Amino acid sequence: MKANSLVADLAEALSPDRVKTGELELGLYGRDASVLEGRPGVVCFPLTTVEVQSCVQIAGAHGRAVVPRGSGTGLAGGAVPLAELEPVVIVTTKMNQILEVDAEERVAWVEPGVLNLDLSRAVAALGLHFAPDPSSQQSCSIGGNVATNSGGPHCLLYGVTTAHVLAVEVVLADGSVAILGGLDADPAGYDLRGAFVGSEGTMGIATRIAVRLTPVPPAVRTLLADFTSVEDAAATVSGIIAAGIVPAALEMMDAEITRAVEAYVHAGFPEDAAAVLLIEVDGLPDGVEAAATSVTEVALANGARTVRVAADAAERALLWKGRKSAFGAIARIAPNYYLHDAVVPRTRLVEVLRQVYAIAARYELRMMNVFHAGDGNLHPLIVFDRREPGVMDRVLAAGAEIIEACVAAGGVLSGEHGIGLEKRDFMHLVFSPDDLDAQARLRAAFDPAGVCNPQKILPAGSRCGDVQQLPEGAWI
Amino acid sequence: MDLAAFAEEVGAKDPVVPVGGRTQWTVGGPAAADGREVRAPSGVVEFTPAEMTARVGAGTTVTELDAALAEAGQTVALPAWPDATVGGVLSVGHSGLRRLGWGPVRNTLLEARYVSAEGTVVKAGGPVVKNVTGYDLCRLLVGSLGTVGILAEVVVRTRPLPAVSRWFAGPGADPFATRHALHAPSSLLWDGTTVWVLLEGHGADVDQEHARMGAVFTEVDGPPPIPTGGRESRRPSELRDLDGVFVAEIGVGTVHRHEAVPPREVTASIAELQRRVKAVFDPTGRLNPGRQVP
Repeated sequence: MKANSLVADLAEALSPDRVKTGELELGLYGRDASVLEGRPGVVCFPLTTVEVQSCVQIAGAHGRAVVPRGSGTGLAGGAVPLAELEPVVIVTTKMNQILEVDAEERVAWVEPGVLNLDLSRAVAALGLHFAPDPSSQQSCSIGGNVATNSGGPHCLLYGVTTAHVLAVEVVLADGSVAILGGLDADPAGYDLRGAFVGSEGTMGIATRIAVRLTPVPPAVRTLLADFTSVEDAAATVSGIIAAGIVPAALEMMDAEITRAVEAYVHAGFPEDAAAVLLIEVDGLPDGVEAAATSVTEVALANGARTVRVAADAAERALLWKGRKSAFGAIARIAPNYYLHDAVVPRTRLVEVLRQVYAIAARYELRMMNVFHAGDGNLHPLIVFDRREPGVMDRVLAAGAEIIEACVAAGGVLSGEHGIGLEKRDFMHLVFSPDDLDAQARLRAAFDPAGVCNPQKILPAGSRCGDVQQLPEGAWI
Repeated sequence: MDLAAFAEEVGAKDPVVPVGGRTQWTVGGPAAADGREVRAPSGVVEFTPAEMTARVGAGTTVTELDAALAEAGQTVALPAWPDATVGGVLSVGHSGLRRLGWGPVRNTLLEARYVSAEGTVVKAGGPVVKNVTGYDLCRLLVGSLGTVGILAEVVVRTRPLPAVSRWFAGPGADPFATRHALHAPSSLLWDGTTVWVLLEGHGADVDQEHARMGAVFTEVDGPPPIPTGGRESRRPSELRDLDGVFVAEIGVGTVHRHEAVPPREVTASIAELQRRVKAVFDPTGRLNPGRQVP
């Protein structure tokens, strides 16, 4: 009875065809790109801020939580609805308009469902782009980028999403609307915008976003260096940074992923390399030439067999296609993959990589590494076939050990995917009870009743007096 | 002094007033007269050039940090006002004149260890250059004037020192046209008459960019004197029709004036969020009482 009236209320506020309770939708929107699975109570597709407000208010009136969702490309289960809560999943994909582009001020107002790459394409003619470029940029939404504070290869130089978000219109937990941040130099008061970005839907739902647009650099050089050992490649990464060069991107691919990618896109990646580095430098022409020369010298001094410089835009695009097709390439190898995300100090890449390979070997798992080496952001990728009995247990156990190894090396749990459900119960590895309590307080300031994406990011008991319980076996 | 000793000094009772170099002392209004002054530990704890990060006591002066970084050809995007401390400039949150090219100070802070209103040491963020592990408390702390926590030790992102740094001045130049002629100037200032530009990077590129600005621009020793009485926050597009005496940061929106700037209005919803944030972190209002984050 209650569920019916919830759906009826939502259907009346939106329209019946944008409120879904069918088996297909409940299954589809119970998952994101992680290995976790849940189930919504109902799935809504609002078109406007007012409709998002209605969804939140109606959910509240019926005692339901809300789970915001963009394109569902998240890898940490942040958009996975916990089945026990029968939450209202609010999908922003139909709010996909670029509202305003101000080329003079280099700012665009967009709706949260605008796809990352679509924005860059739309402003390309103005000589501008949206700098955060997650590997999923063809399908991930800018609202999702805001929620997870997304990164991407070029964030090494340009910074992650928070450096490119000026203001966010947010529907808060009580259904009210606030604009956090602003287009002026220093918006008044606390940096609520900065606090909201990366909060994974737990502090409200972004309904309009003002993003900074970045000029396309006048000169770019893209280099591919190949190595006979992962150690030499990692030493090159440290050498480049120590030489005072901050490339636009500095990506590493190990032997297995390089072979997989080459078989898939034929970009001319050396199939016998132990590791390759894809290095891009950009800026003004002379500085770019000097940096490319220095990068080449550092690579050769650290044992690179060859350093190939992309001759033109087409070759550059091909090299990047290789890097960005990594996940398509592995689909040909095994039906499932588990992509990890952790950051370690860049000077400890080699030792952590060694441990990561050893962990995979111990659990008899096939592992590949393709990652943002320049900022120490590892992405160990375990490929497997879920149908193999017991394999999921080994995948998860290996994943836990990888996380522990990264933290032991002075690293953190996530560089760009977020915590969601996946890493929530690892938070105590890097934060003390007092640290977690402070984070819980921030969340409570935005959402005192905890109705926005509950039980994500922070483990139960983070706040003093917190009685929230995770249902046994609620996920996976 | 270590972190534990500083936490003990801050304690859990009575009003405390964090003090850095007192270079921005009037920001947020007068400090509480009955507040106990506390000063964070100072000193560079760790600097690994190949990490491009540095861990320092919040009481370290930016000048001292910069000197340590310069030995490895690096610097930090924090304004090095004489006597200003790292914790002070982060707590005030005002960026320096290079914000256009180097970004705002809030992008510099990677990890903070702060003393809470309860007198405990709390960690926010992490020591690596890319991190989305939990909520971004670091961004909340920057510009909060020590009213949600008092910075004790921080990890900041460093950056390479540019090979060349040259200031140019162009009397009568159009600041907006100048901005569009250039790829990425580090600073672009305008007082209504003259445009000042800081070009940094590879020497040949700086020469090319200088040529692109036109013959009206000649090299000068540095920026003009910057008025310090007030700091207006505008949209970059709202700088064309400024009255009075000012130096404006083109592309950024900051306008420096001799006169104090009136307090700004915020919407009721933002005021309520601000109030709640303060209440959850400092329920008794003992952290830097009297100061209002402008």
